[in-house]
Amino acid sequence: MNKKISFPHLGDYYIPIKYIVEKITNCNIIIPPKNNKQTIELGSKYSPDDICMPFKYNLGNYINALESGADILIQAGGGCRYGYYAELQEQILKDLGYKFTFINLIQDNHVSIKKLYKEAKKLNPKLNIFKYLYYLLQGIILIITMDKIDKYIRENMASEKIPGSFEQLEKQYKNNLTKGNLSIIKIIKRYIKYKKAFKQINLKEEKTLEILLIGELYSLMDMEASNNLEKNLIKEGIKVYRYTNLTYLLIIKRFMRSILLFKGRKYLKYPLGADGTESVVHSIEHAKKGIDGIIHIKSFSCVPEINAMPTLAKISEDYEVPILYLSFDGENNISNIDTKIEAFKDMIKSKKKSN
Amino acid sequence: MKKIKVGIPRALLYYRYNVLWKNFFESLGCNVVLSPETNREIIELGVNNTIDECCLSYKIYVGHVLYLSEKCDYILISRACDYGKKDKVCTRLNGTYDDIKHKIPSEQILDYNIEYTKLKFPILGFIKMGLKFTKNIIKILYSYHKAKIKQKKYDINQANSEKNKLSKTNKKILILSHFYNIQDKFISKYITNYLEKNNIIPIYSNKLDKKITNEFSQYFSNTLYWKYSKEMIGGLYYTKNMIDGIIFISTYPCGIDSLVNNLAILKNKDIPTLNLLIDENITELSLETKLESFVDILNQGGTNE
Repeated sequence: MNKKISFPHLGDYYIPIKYIVEKITNCNIIIPPKNNKQTIELGSKYSPDDICMPFKYNLGNYINALESGADILIQAGGGCRYGYYAELQEQILKDLGYKFTFINLIQDNHVSIKKLYKEAKKLNPKLNIFKYLYYLLQGIILIITMDKIDKYIRENMASEKIPGSFEQLEKQYKNNLTKGNLSIIKIIKRYIKYKKAFKQINLKEEKTLEILLIGELYSLMDMEASNNLEKNLIKEGIKVYRYTNLTYLLIIKRFMRSILLFKGRKYLKYPLGADGTESVVHSIEHAKKGIDGIIHIKSFSCVPEINAMPTLAKISEDYEVPILYLSFDGENNISNIDTKIEAFKDMIKSKKKSN
Repeated sequence: MKKIKVGIPRALLYYRYNVLWKNFFESLGCNVVLSPETNREIIELGVNNTIDECCLSYKIYVGHVLYLSEKCDYILISRACDYGKKDKVCTRLNGTYDDIKHKIPSEQILDYNIEYTKLKFPILGFIKMGLKFTKNIIKILYSYHKAKIKQKKYDINQANSEKNKLSKTNKKILILSHFYNIQDKFISKYITNYLEKNNIIPIYSNKLDKKITNEFSQYFSNTLYWKYSKEMIGGLYYTKNMIDGIIFISTYPCGIDSLVNNLAILKNKDIPTLNLLIDENITELSLETKLESFVDILNQGGTNE
């Protein structure tokens, strides 16, 4: 019997991750319904109260997947307490009476490629190390190209001439991302084709407002977790900068530690843990360039980001950049947060005019 | 010559390194000023000067630091990051220095950093600190080692007295919490007093032998990577057959405890447990009701399922 594997959602990354896992394990993949209100309700019901929001979303995803027949669950993570989610989630799900195998890819607070290979080999004895590395490389290139396109969309969609043209092309791109027999050259060719198509979309000349989004990774990368904050900003014609994506977290981050500390030396002496340092350094860089506003988002009680907040406040003071701090706990009173965002937008608009 | 005053905030890492710090600075000829036990004034100071999503333990820490800031020449701000690849420390403590820096004048800060993976061993930190008071490196090294030995003796004594408590016949409850919560007057004094009033012996997880508890944490999980949690949860498996119940104390909102404590509760359903979340608005009354019903359950010999 073929095993069915599932993993929790993180934005649109289920597309490349599904491709990697499918290829290396040769099993069926079950993708739970995309994150929505029901996911978080389901997750919160069985999670401890004082846990952070990504845990609840993950748990909701798992329950949905198990209900539709998954028997192997995968968890990855690392950095802060994200690295220790897996064991509690496994225990909660087992106590609920589900039967499944749980694969925890975390070793010493980092995702371990070696562990993934061992686990995949168990499921798919035909796998060898070359094949494994080849598919992993393909997957990584998929993620990198997807992130590049996403970045272009984020920074240009706000000034599109015909509303909806970016969105349509993005949908088409993501649907075609893993279609057909892939090879590395094919992936890159496809990426170049779409990049050209995106560049052909007509843009307005006038300058738009610019906002930097920083904060905790899950609320940044998963649109549902932040109530589509990023998309809504773009739709209102605001250019959005955001640097946290999987390419950064998986590949670039490990080379950046000392560079980040050097860039932020005026404000930081030590790293703040997880992505706190990044939040500070990106704010400094953009504040120097004269960004209109910074929005700092995190899930409630996210420690590394709280560490960064006093320093962010100082930067805001020094460079006269407005910063809005938002906390999402999954049970948001959305109207409250919407009001805050509205007020913030009005403020930066009037500030821009008066200059 | 007037002695230099070094302030040590009585919070967080103080409860792990109290003897070491005190002896080190005293033998270098400094005057050690210790902040008082946590009181309302300190809590107010901390709460008003931190972001409200910080955990209570950290708010208390900031309170102590601010209390000391006008009374000393230097304040010891310790940062801990890891004790090796598999022994990390809560991310909260990674950011202490860069947070405190905005709250007190930076020339007042005496900082040292524990980060074994980046070869920042404690001894280097102590040498750096010591050089501010004396140029004599040998004196610094001597003071450090003497202080370290004293700390070790102190720890062993504590572990022994805790072990003796375990062999008593009274009902025993394990207080499971981070060392900086257990010994803080505001957080756990009332709880332990209540237990003692009811003829129950509280066993403190932080006073047990750290080497043993660290090994016992393997029974809980082999992927747990927080050092202080390992020691804490190892205490549970070390004493499990000798105790009658467990009280978990965590300060709201503690990131690590929200995972580790809840998992420990799910894994140990055969023993009565009570999970207490403490925040700055906690009242003795609400604690009393919880403790009362818990003690009742213990006396009836049942579990809390």
